[in-house]
Amino acid sequence: MASVVLSEAEKLYIVHGVQEDLRVDGRGCEDYRCAEVETDVVSNTSGSARAKLGHTDILVGVKAEMGTPKLEKPDEGYLEFFVDCSANATPEFEGRGGEELGTEIANTLYRIFSSESCVDLKSLCINPREHCWVLYVDVLLLECGGNLFDAISIAVKAALFNTRIPKVRVLEDEEGSKEIELSDDPYDCIRLNVDEVPCVVTLSKIGYRHVVDATLQEEACSLASLLISVTSKGALTCMKKVGKGSLDPESIFEMMETGKRVGKSLHTSLQKILDEEESLGTTRQKVGFLG
Amino acid sequence: MAALELLSDEGYRADGRRAAELRKVRARMGVFAQADGSAYIEQGNTKALAVVYGPHEMRGSRSKALHDRALVNCQYSMATFSTSERKRRPHGDRKSSEMTLHLKQTFEAAILTQLYPRSQIDIYVQILQADGGNYCACVNAATLAVIDAGIPMRDYVCASSAGFVEDTPLADLSYIEEASGGPQVALALLPTSEQIALLEMNSRLHEDHLEEVIEAASKACKAVHAVLDQVVRDHVQEVTALLGD
Repeated sequence: MASVVLSEAEKLYIVHGVQEDLRVDGRGCEDYRCAEVETDVVSNTSGSARAKLGHTDILVGVKAEMGTPKLEKPDEGYLEFFVDCSANATPEFEGRGGEELGTEIANTLYRIFSSESCVDLKSLCINPREHCWVLYVDVLLLECGGNLFDAISIAVKAALFNTRIPKVRVLEDEEGSKEIELSDDPYDCIRLNVDEVPCVVTLSKIGYRHVVDATLQEEACSLASLLISVTSKGALTCMKKVGKGSLDPESIFEMMETGKRVGKSLHTSLQKILDEEESLGTTRQKVGFLG
Repeated sequence: MAALELLSDEGYRADGRRAAELRKVRARMGVFAQADGSAYIEQGNTKALAVVYGPHEMRGSRSKALHDRALVNCQYSMATFSTSERKRRPHGDRKSSEMTLHLKQTFEAAILTQLYPRSQIDIYVQILQADGGNYCACVNAATLAVIDAGIPMRDYVCASSAGFVEDTPLADLSYIEEASGGPQVALALLPTSEQIALLEMNSRLHEDHLEEVIEAASKACKAVHAVLDQVVRDHVQEVTALLGD
């Protein structure tokens, strides 16, 4: 990850500021940076979204491809996550440099989405034991300015919201051979219900307090952070401690409470943006990277 | 005749363009704040991002440093969702490595590398959406990114492709035109001096036609140059206006 080098004095300045609930960019401890979300930015995907959180820039593309269901879940489709830490973000990611971080993030995403209620996987099944939709969720890291996980989860949720899977019908003739027929109407498609898709809230411990949405500078001052994934109703689906320092149990509970509160409001504002964009339909002016 | 008509009798191509017509080019400089230079370009449905870091000290092994000029280091990658069929790896496959090499060659010809001995310039390009002319979009985006980074160049490098269908040269091929398997020329040009930085041709083409195909490609390059130049001028004007306050 792009690293910043801070002097002791700079660190102290940040830590003291956090104690007074006033961060370097003027935010309070529970405030997010201004986030920009746009869906449907890559036209040859089933769904895509770009999320920008401060300097963190994430592009997510979802591709629906037909595959065979997993043996243990014959009547469900599944999600595949892949994270590409491109060299665009930092030269350290050149070649295979970003693979380690990419796998770590992908594994975290798998864990976040492992909860059964997150996405209705049964709706992705076409033909039990034979065919199902596999949603390839590909995350592309374009720039990292701190708080990667939150930004990625926002982008993933937006992209899943935007995903349209073509409707197919299974036709069976007398001999029992099956044929899959694609609907003629391109607008005839399945949408995913993303109400239960969680968002990640990372809480970084700085001094005695914790902050949400830490910038790179703040991440450099924090020894340990807690990553929790919260659904819009405030249920936790995954929790993970990251960083080299340690946390005491009491502060973990405190951070969980903050996380839930912040996560709920994050979901509300994200859903509002997504609904607004949706209501504009085709009249929406696509900005993409040109704006 | 092929199943798909690439050039109709009336002279229109599959997407409605004339033979020498380019797709719409839209570009923006300074997309990212952390990189030294960055740019984004859209050529029709092909979308590419380029980021430049440097010139900076050599990273990794110092043995690669060149004592009389800067090392140009490139990486070409394609987002896994950029193509209609999902790609398994964003970079590192044979085609990407070839593209990386081409880009390196192109920009070594254009950047005044002798001004920065023993240093390194990184150019990373990323295809976000692929619809033909990936190499060209990358070169054009990288040119803008290098300019954004303030690295001196001999000239803009502008790239365009050209094909040859039914005795007519076609400029700026789209994916379906590329996939049809006809002759295809990719050309990177330094427009003012009309020097060629890279020329590559696939498939078979009669020698007599080569000149007109190259002519069509270089004409397209010059048209791209006009657009890029306008983008740079607009960007500089915008930035100076902001600095002026």
